[in-house]
Amino acid sequence: MRNVERAISNVLRIGVLASIGFILVGILVTFAHHPSYLVTPGDLDRLTHPGAAVPRTVGDVLRDAAALQGHAIVALGLLILIATPLARVLVSIFAFVAERDRTYVLITSLVLLLLLLSFALGGILG
Amino acid sequence: MTPLLFVLLAFVVSVVAGTLGALLGLGGGLLIIPALTLWFHVDIRYAIGASIVSVIATSSGAAVTYVRDRLTNLRVAMVLELATTTGAMTGAYLAGRVGSKTLYLIFGVVMAYSAVMMFRKLGHDESRPARRAPWADWLRLHSSYYDEALSREIPYRVSGTRIGLGLMYVAGIVSGLLGIGSGALKVPAMDLAMGLPLKVSAATSNFMIGVTAAASAGVYFMRGDIDPFVAGPVAVGVLLGAQAGVRLLGRLESRSIRIVFILLLLWVSTQMLLKGART
Repeated sequence: MRNVERAISNVLRIGVLASIGFILVGILVTFAHHPSYLVTPGDLDRLTHPGAAVPRTVGDVLRDAAALQGHAIVALGLLILIATPLARVLVSIFAFVAERDRTYVLITSLVLLLLLLSFALGGILG
Repeated sequence: MTPLLFVLLAFVVSVVAGTLGALLGLGGGLLIIPALTLWFHVDIRYAIGASIVSVIATSSGAAVTYVRDRLTNLRVAMVLELATTTGAMTGAYLAGRVGSKTLYLIFGVVMAYSAVMMFRKLGHDESRPARRAPWADWLRLHSSYYDEALSREIPYRVSGTRIGLGLMYVAGIVSGLLGIGSGALKVPAMDLAMGLPLKVSAATSNFMIGVTAAASAGVYFMRGDIDPFVAGPVAVGVLLGAQAGVRLLGRLESRSIRIVFILLLLWVSTQMLLKGART
């Protein structure tokens, strides 16, 4: 059990630190590109209402982040954060395999399967 | 308000939400959504998108420490996640088929009932007679944790696994229907029905809400509901706040955490009942 705990904690730490890093850099880049955001109140409405620059696909995010667009770098950090819980389910399966704990390999694999299924269903229904 | 001021204020509110969320085993959406929409006039879609991100941030941010320090009962979490994920899918299917009025009223009553039951447990915290628990024995759910406030290892036995699974299925349905982490239902279920110590219940609920939220967050992202300008500062604030919440949980006595939790349940329950009465 100790190894499972260490593995999960490490995956979460890496995910959390990476996402904080990307988000902070992205926010700094955004303000560097748009100095008016520091002083003009009018810009806020445009940023927090429909029509704001919101990337929808991983491809968009990667392309715009590579072009050093602030909002896409923030979005990359958010995507890493969203993927972290899935990564920890995956890592715990491997950790339980290493511990030869068959019951929990089965339970955790089922959880992953259900997650992927709900993700797929959500994609269709949403 | 300038965009800079918005980023700073959203960050501060999120630090508070993350602290409370990590301490109580909740997502923090209860604070984030009203703050963003009422104070900062953020569009409700983006507020909900940011709130789902905040649930994941609370969960992962707190779990780094809770899992390492063995406050999270990993086996209980894995077993119960079977029920919450199934419930969440049922909820997504039911969405649109059940009136939200009924839903808010049921949810409100359940929360009020949990508050009363948790209040009755205030006097005799963490002491309960050993029950027969064949499922928990087979799944090896019994464990122990180190209580920082008491400076000693507290062993505990888990029971009521099947009731727990049933309640988690219901909690999953509520998450799927209302788009919330439903930690406010998960913590009492573990605390009251399964006999987990309150701190372990909060840490384990915290761990579980991240997985369910991640599945929904993918959908929200593809729909374009996650605005980086809103969700970015919220995520960083909540991640940092969660670190403070983790320290608080270690040091506070279970009794104090229970009192804060009961007050929160009463507040949420009132909100839900009012919403149900109005719609």
